[in-house]
Amino acid sequence: MAEPLLAIRDLKTYFVSKQATVKAVDGIDIEVDRGQVVCIVGESGCGKSMTSLSIMRLVPRPYGKIVGGQILFDGRDLLQLSDREMADVRGSEIAMIFQEPMTALNPVLSIGTQISEVLVRHRGVPKREALDRAIEMLKFVGVPRAEQIVREYPHQLSGGMRQRVMIAMAMICEPKLLIADEPTTALDVTIQAQVLDLMKKMRRETSTAIILITHDLGVVADMADHVVVMYAGQVVESVDADTLFSEPKHPYTRALMDSIPSLEEDKDVLYSIPGTVPSAANFPKGCRFAERCPIAKPSCFEKMPELREVAPGHLVRCDLV
Amino acid sequence: MSEYVLEVQDLKKYFPIKSGLLKRTVGHVRAVDGVSFQVKPGETLGIVGESGCGKSTTGRMIMRLTTPTSGKIILDGKDITHAKGEELRASRRKSQMVFQDPYASLNPRMSVGESIAEPLIVNKVLSKSEAFERAGELLKTVGLRPSDINRYPHEFSGGQRQRIGIARALALNPKLIVADEAVSALDVSIQSQILNLLMDLKHQFNLSYLFISHNLAVVRHISDRVGVMYLGHLVEIGPKHSLYQDPLHPYTQALLSAAPEPRRTKRRERIILQGDVPSPANPPSGCPFHTRCPRVMDVCRETMPKPVQVHPDHWVACHLHG
Repeated sequence: MAEPLLAIRDLKTYFVSKQATVKAVDGIDIEVDRGQVVCIVGESGCGKSMTSLSIMRLVPRPYGKIVGGQILFDGRDLLQLSDREMADVRGSEIAMIFQEPMTALNPVLSIGTQISEVLVRHRGVPKREALDRAIEMLKFVGVPRAEQIVREYPHQLSGGMRQRVMIAMAMICEPKLLIADEPTTALDVTIQAQVLDLMKKMRRETSTAIILITHDLGVVADMADHVVVMYAGQVVESVDADTLFSEPKHPYTRALMDSIPSLEEDKDVLYSIPGTVPSAANFPKGCRFAERCPIAKPSCFEKMPELREVAPGHLVRCDLV
Repeated sequence: MSEYVLEVQDLKKYFPIKSGLLKRTVGHVRAVDGVSFQVKPGETLGIVGESGCGKSTTGRMIMRLTTPTSGKIILDGKDITHAKGEELRASRRKSQMVFQDPYASLNPRMSVGESIAEPLIVNKVLSKSEAFERAGELLKTVGLRPSDINRYPHEFSGGQRQRIGIARALALNPKLIVADEAVSALDVSIQSQILNLLMDLKHQFNLSYLFISHNLAVVRHISDRVGVMYLGHLVEIGPKHSLYQDPLHPYTQALLSAAPEPRRTKRRERIILQGDVPSPANPPSGCPFHTRCPRVMDVCRETMPKPVQVHPDHWVACHLHG
């Protein structure tokens, strides 16, 4: 099999202060093939956003630090690059879109300037030509009146339009990898449907691989080829999307699926996971889900389970499966 | 006893747009534009819709946190549309609100006990010491420890804070609870805990809920009947099974088809609406949905459709029906 586009090996991103060490990402392995859509799913604080910021080397300083592991992208370890080399990768080979486009766009620059800037910086395209390409790109992502929009500013656009602008900006250099961190969470359902539809179109028409970070299993079912479920800084399950929804193995994954109300079925009582996620500053020594797990045994509290292959291509961090 | 806990008739809220040096009114944002519905005792009415459809403004008018421009709000048989002073306070003993962000709605400098006891003391229902005792009981009812009354909101997680918000809403034994996006800020595992709690409390205290949310699956789970709002109008309302299985309004159909289901098999055909919701400051003529409707007809651009009953208790305002 061909080498994956991205291979994260035993990545550890910690926040270190005098009082505590918060293990936001605690030894994760994720692989993304060319053109593949990998969804990382988990609840607040599971480390999914910190994983994406680690790939971009944008972990908040000074407390946040990548303390170990490798991020192999297209044959190079991103963690070994100089800041300058990394700046050449960002926006050009790996691009990122965020949940709230308003905070990610510069409010005092026109849309056209912001999109074309990427081409000028990374590809050395002359400004005029870059602006034409920006207009083309806006049309591709379905922005109406693109010729006028390039002269407008972010506050003049709706949330859905801003997210399209973000996607246009991310895709203009045709990156090999797009990281989308909760790209539709702030949008209304009908607008979310438009943006997800656009992301599917992009995937059909370009060879860009996508890492989609979300807490919404509905979005996962809609978009993913492969799914990585994270809990408390670790990968607890990793498998192709069809298997995840037909045969979820980890008790956490199963509990998550059971606790969502359905649009079609009646459930009298929703399954609810008791308790809360353990603090990342003070993880238990055994399985991190044991305290909330319906099938935990005494041994689960003693020893941390390894991520094992329970069926071909199906990794689960649970000794009872 | 009246037939309905809550009855809302042709409720409207227009916010003036002021401009210029003299702050003259140059137009109105029609946040809610003629909404009518009823809630029976022990019933949960869900209201769904996207941002700006007026669902929260409707909830706030029912709580009288915003004064309606016109229309009528009848709470437990009493017209409270223009209630003031003692009369308004009395109405708040019958209806209480649970907000989306429990951190923003709890005073950070008041202990949890003080927050829960406050409505009891303000309304002179109980003495101070009795009120604190009751606060402890209420904490137990919502699944926290009575000993938590001396702790402060920042010491609790999001889910626990929402439990505190619910305990405070329950303090006065209300008949109606207006829950505005009460579980939207919570992670799914915590969301299901709070939904189960709300349903338990409903049976325990024979409460009625007006449950406002953008999450269609959550609304389906908790509600008996569901109303769909679009641009200040209630476009469809009906019993949940009828509405979710046979949505009549093209907007409801698009909304339901757009919501991603966590399943890989048996996908519904997704209806993707074009464009954005029009501005409520300049709403379209005729049917508010005609600018995005895949089945728009000439009549839709001219006249506003009237609600018609298509199935038992299932109403829709659309020219395709009736």
